[in-house]
Amino acid sequence: MDFTFLMQLLINGLVVGSIYALVATGFVIIFKSSSALNLAQGEFLMVGAYICLYLVLQHKVPFIAAFVITMLFSALLGIVIERTTLRPLLGSPVISVIMATLGLASVLRALLQIFFGVDTIPFPEIFPPEPVHIGPVPVSIGYLYSLCCVAVLLTALTAFFKYTKSGLAMRATASSRQTALSMGISVKKVFAMSWCIAAMVSAIGGILLGAIRGGVDMSLANMGLKVLPVVILGGMDSIAGAVLGGLIIGLLENLCGGYLDPLVGGGVKEVVPYIALVLILMVRPSGLLGSRRIERM
Amino acid sequence: MRERIALMIKADMGLFHSKKSLAATVSFLVCLMFVPVYGSSYVLDVVNRIGIAVIAALGLNILTGFTGLISLGNAAFMAIGAYSASWLAMRTGINFIFCIPVAGIITAALGMVVGIPSLRLRGLYLAMATLAAHFIVEFLAVHWESVTGGVAGLTISSPTVAGFALDSDRTVYYLIIPTAILSVLFVSNIFRTRVGRAFIAIRDQEMSAAVMGIDVFKYKLISFALSSFFAGVAGALMACQTRIITPENFPISIAIDSLAMIIIGGLCSVIGTIFGAVFLTALPEFLRLATTALAGSFPELIGKLASLKELVFGLLVILFLIFEPHGISAIWQRTKNRF
Repeated sequence: MDFTFLMQLLINGLVVGSIYALVATGFVIIFKSSSALNLAQGEFLMVGAYICLYLVLQHKVPFIAAFVITMLFSALLGIVIERTTLRPLLGSPVISVIMATLGLASVLRALLQIFFGVDTIPFPEIFPPEPVHIGPVPVSIGYLYSLCCVAVLLTALTAFFKYTKSGLAMRATASSRQTALSMGISVKKVFAMSWCIAAMVSAIGGILLGAIRGGVDMSLANMGLKVLPVVILGGMDSIAGAVLGGLIIGLLENLCGGYLDPLVGGGVKEVVPYIALVLILMVRPSGLLGSRRIERM
Repeated sequence: MRERIALMIKADMGLFHSKKSLAATVSFLVCLMFVPVYGSSYVLDVVNRIGIAVIAALGLNILTGFTGLISLGNAAFMAIGAYSASWLAMRTGINFIFCIPVAGIITAALGMVVGIPSLRLRGLYLAMATLAAHFIVEFLAVHWESVTGGVAGLTISSPTVAGFALDSDRTVYYLIIPTAILSVLFVSNIFRTRVGRAFIAIRDQEMSAAVMGIDVFKYKLISFALSSFFAGVAGALMACQTRIITPENFPISIAIDSLAMIIIGGLCSVIGTIFGAVFLTALPEFLRLATTALAGSFPELIGKLASLKELVFGLLVILFLIFEPHGISAIWQRTKNRF
């Protein structure tokens, strides 16, 4: 097969995979701390992309400033959502929480549609358009920036969990809510913080995706569901797993899409992650790095 | 004493707790018979859609409400039912009426295939597996063109009963509503049998159920089969009503709607399922009427109708979960108790 084509697919896969990794990290953080499955992750992503876009296009805010405002807004959104929707449902059955995040997804999507319409809005060029060449393969600079950005963010998150007191509190809550409570950790604050971080990293993912694709529309929300195969592959409660899973799923869908699409007539990219999900659930439901659950009566 | 307890249990197990509720049900059914005589085509279309939604949501309630297996795959099962009925009718030329139960059985078989991994999967994981199943079915519906007709879909010839074609909303009504009533009766009865009680035991505490001698795997599979049977029948009826089916008829939002119906209506409540289906199917129509009425003063509302629907839907789901977790059926019970 054509070497350049293969390289192109690998690079695409890595870049998309790194964004999956970022969004999946947000998902895992929420799941670890409050064992809630957030099916509105894709909408968080869209909120980030749209707000940033709106500030840059409508109010001519410079990109960096728009980015910072978007981050603040997303953080606030995460906290508000946790406080108003998730906290009253603490202790409810799994299905209620799943359904609540589905409802949340509807609300956020509807609000975005009402404010921004349903048409694709072109993203301003943040990265220079001419590609750099790595060997014979042309790579757009946006891809490189995006990869670096994700790498930096994931390192920062790891450091946050490892070295800060809040990070420690979050890890403690994840390992045992009861014990954390009795040690004087404010579990409520931890929940709020996890939603806040998840909303922020998703928003960054949304902005990066918007910039790479060159436009923002409602299909961005599909990314939120793609996170599910990623976290299942990596293990629902492992951040390292989310990163690994993100990269693998990104590569897998691009390689399969590239080579199989001509054979079956397109659409492979959209379905391969879910086939992978089913296979993983059958073979190893705890994922690559997730902890095995032990059932007790 | 013993006789009295036996009598009380018998009364408790009965479908109708009092003569009054029996009378109310019968008079409601009689009223339903006359809807096609007086209702406009629009009303009939809505009522037919409600009937289909009731069947689909009942199926999901067996699985999710009563057995505790969360499924996001209801739309996929409906699609399987719709496609298999249409394909069968097209290839063999059999009257569509007979294809509907066959489609239900095919869907039940496929539902069991999806259900097999469920022995190992609980809660969240099963939700994800069924979500994956949805996307895989969607992919097949688009790309398996020899069976599904691809993006263009399949066109269905109307079913006939004794040479009489069911080709309008008015006539299809007499197919959909009786099926819905039968489904309601059937599902209400399941939970008075050993099988239904086994489902509930599995939902409440799987391990204890196993200890008490319930074959968990077997009953989970039965639950999957029953649930997908109803979803399949609902899908086939939908094909019958719309007469053309494409992959776009079965988006993931249909599965979410079904889930919302049983949650807003009340999990593990048959009457709640009916309320939920009626409520969520009628809601967009109500919103449409409201926006048209307000169009004079707010003309931009019309264009935002779809978004508005989604907003109200999401808000309702969240508000019900927080303030009335047992759904409309709880409100219904409270109002009934007051009298």
